[in-house]
Amino acid sequence: MTESTATYALPDVRGYFGDFGGSFVPEILVPALEELTAAFEEAKHDPSFQAQYHGLLRDYVGRPTALTFAERLSEHLGGGRIYLKREDLCHTGAHKINNAIGQILLARRMGKTRIIAETGAGQHGVATATVCARFGMECIVYMGAEDIERQKLNVHRMQLLGAEVRPATSGSQTLKDATNEAIRDWVTNVRDTFYIIGSVVGPHPYPAMVRDFHTIIGREVKEALEAKEGRSDPDILIACVGGGSNAIGLFHPFLDNPSVRCIGVEASGEGLDGRHAATLTLGRPGILHGALSYLLQDSEGQVDLAHSISAGLDYPGVGPEHAWLKQSGRVEYLSATDDEAMFGVKLLSETEGIIPALETAHAIAGLARIAPDTAADQLIVLNCSGRGDKDMQTIAGAL
Amino acid sequence: MTSITESRLTSRLGALAERGEKALGMFVTSGFPDLDATSDVLRAIDAGGADFIELGMPFSDPLAEGVPIQRSSARALAAGVTMERTLAYARAFTQDSETPLLLMGYGNPVMQYGISNFFRDARSSGVQGVILPDVLPDPDSPFFRAASEYGVNTVCLVSPTTPDARLDFIDELSSGFVYAVSVTGVTGTDKGDADPILAYLRHVKERISRNPLLVGFGIRSADDVRSMVSAADGAIVGSALVDLVGACWDNDAMPRDEKLATIENFVRELKSGTRV
Ligand SMILES: Cc1ncc(COP(=O)(O)O)c(C=O)c1O
Repeated sequence: MTESTATYALPDVRGYFGDFGGSFVPEILVPALEELTAAFEEAKHDPSFQAQYHGLLRDYVGRPTALTFAERLSEHLGGGRIYLKREDLCHTGAHKINNAIGQILLARRMGKTRIIAETGAGQHGVATATVCARFGMECIVYMGAEDIERQKLNVHRMQLLGAEVRPATSGSQTLKDATNEAIRDWVTNVRDTFYIIGSVVGPHPYPAMVRDFHTIIGREVKEALEAKEGRSDPDILIACVGGGSNAIGLFHPFLDNPSVRCIGVEASGEGLDGRHAATLTLGRPGILHGALSYLLQDSEGQVDLAHSISAGLDYPGVGPEHAWLKQSGRVEYLSATDDEAMFGVKLLSETEGIIPALETAHAIAGLARIAPDTAADQLIVLNCSGRGDKDMQTIAGAL
Repeated sequence: MTSITESRLTSRLGALAERGEKALGMFVTSGFPDLDATSDVLRAIDAGGADFIELGMPFSDPLAEGVPIQRSSARALAAGVTMERTLAYARAFTQDSETPLLLMGYGNPVMQYGISNFFRDARSSGVQGVILPDVLPDPDSPFFRAASEYGVNTVCLVSPTTPDARLDFIDELSSGFVYAVSVTGVTGTDKGDADPILAYLRHVKERISRNPLLVGFGIRSADDVRSMVSAADGAIVGSALVDLVGACWDNDAMPRDEKLATIENFVRELKSGTRV
């Protein structure tokens, strides 16, 4: 966690990144969000909180994660030097745990006794169930009934960790509906419950808070690149974007340096003319889950169903900071299809011996498109946000 | 700060207060159970003696709603309801009836319709007030600016978690009435023991000075209404009516007249709870 850098200091006090963000929630949650904002501000400046957070990241999560030079992949694609930021090596297998650790420490600080979370791929649910087990707290994870089917392994993991997995049976029965259910639970049990949101979405202060708990990713990249290449800032950063947490965690410490090109890769599912989850590419500004951001929706403002082979990217919204970064032109957003993601899984597995998560595979597909046009002395960092173990069934089915 | 907009809603609530009578507001989802039902359902509610009606603008992701209103919204959307149709139902109803009509729904469908256009068209359709549970009171927000420009009441909500200073702020920005959510929870929730709710309502009632105070969420029967209005200026019933409308329409054996009479009688029964 770090203070926002000097020139890039969003969100504003009302929780807006330019036109995006804010707080669109039932009145019941307003005092809880104010309390959370105050507790987070206080914790940020409290050395004992910082020590606890960084201590757990080191000794429990296994940070800093490696920055791996992808020698054969770089050679294969024939452009610049590609590094992989190995969030797949985090305890539980994805970056999500950085945020879960930060939020559970806040929950404890605020005296909350009951933890709820939403999950799509199950990675955030597993991360939350993990930290709840570690601190002996009650944990309820909402998960779309359809996702429970396609991410069975993670359901078993959460249950083994002592969490209750509640199926969200409303609407499309995926992440969007799990998030609705989690918010309804929070509205009902707001006095003793802390809602650990899993991405840079939701009402203020969540997008900023979740981001700050993930900027450790980008800051470790700076240090490791300095040591390995003699310069802290690469030419290109690339990450997949579902809600956008792993991407913002990587990008944020570099946003002040305009010579660092940042690329987010969304899921275009069956293709941009079919069912997809390319919110920034094809969505319009709208309000969902407490924030104003880009949204897949029809002309009436009803939220469209997203589709991606990757449950973690199968979401019709996106974090408001990404909406702002797109509008301001600071970050480029591409998209990759289900098929391209499968190609990405194979590419990284075969060239580097690393089986990536299906979410990460979208970033690899984007990388494969841009890397060949880069010069040999250019440095590219790809955020390897998670490992593919959880996806083996889907991957085996698709290959 | 916006000033309280005088409307047919405020004068209706004022007249009731003068008679020492409490208000009954009824909520029903637009386009539910099907597109043909809404106008008749609205008339039946009116005939039953509701003091005002909230017509729900369906949204795909209604995060303050419990299962009954979630399902009714999904069914209405599947039936093809649109904002334009909802406004047309409102227009048709307010042409025939003096009973104030409000629209209740979520920020996004309003935003996509165009915030300013929405309040303009609501006004010209005879709508007295708008309730958007996920749009927080803020005098600078485009929602509140447009509402005040077109003279549409903005009913704001308070909850048992709302601190006193915020009650003052909400009272300041709310117009028509202040909507007290009975318990922390979603619509259709079981509100449980009445005593703590009544204590909270009395506290809010004492605190606010500009608006009448109406209570909703979990109120299902005339007894519930009678109990709640002992500490508020009126009560609002939604999920219970939506459940009843759904049950009547799903009963193929029930003739349409009887469905509508059942709704009318239910409202009349609830209304009896407001005369103490
Ligand atoms: C490994 C992995 N990467 C990426 C994501 C997408 O989330 P975000 O865009 O917030 O990083 C997920 C979500 O479940 C994930 O599990």
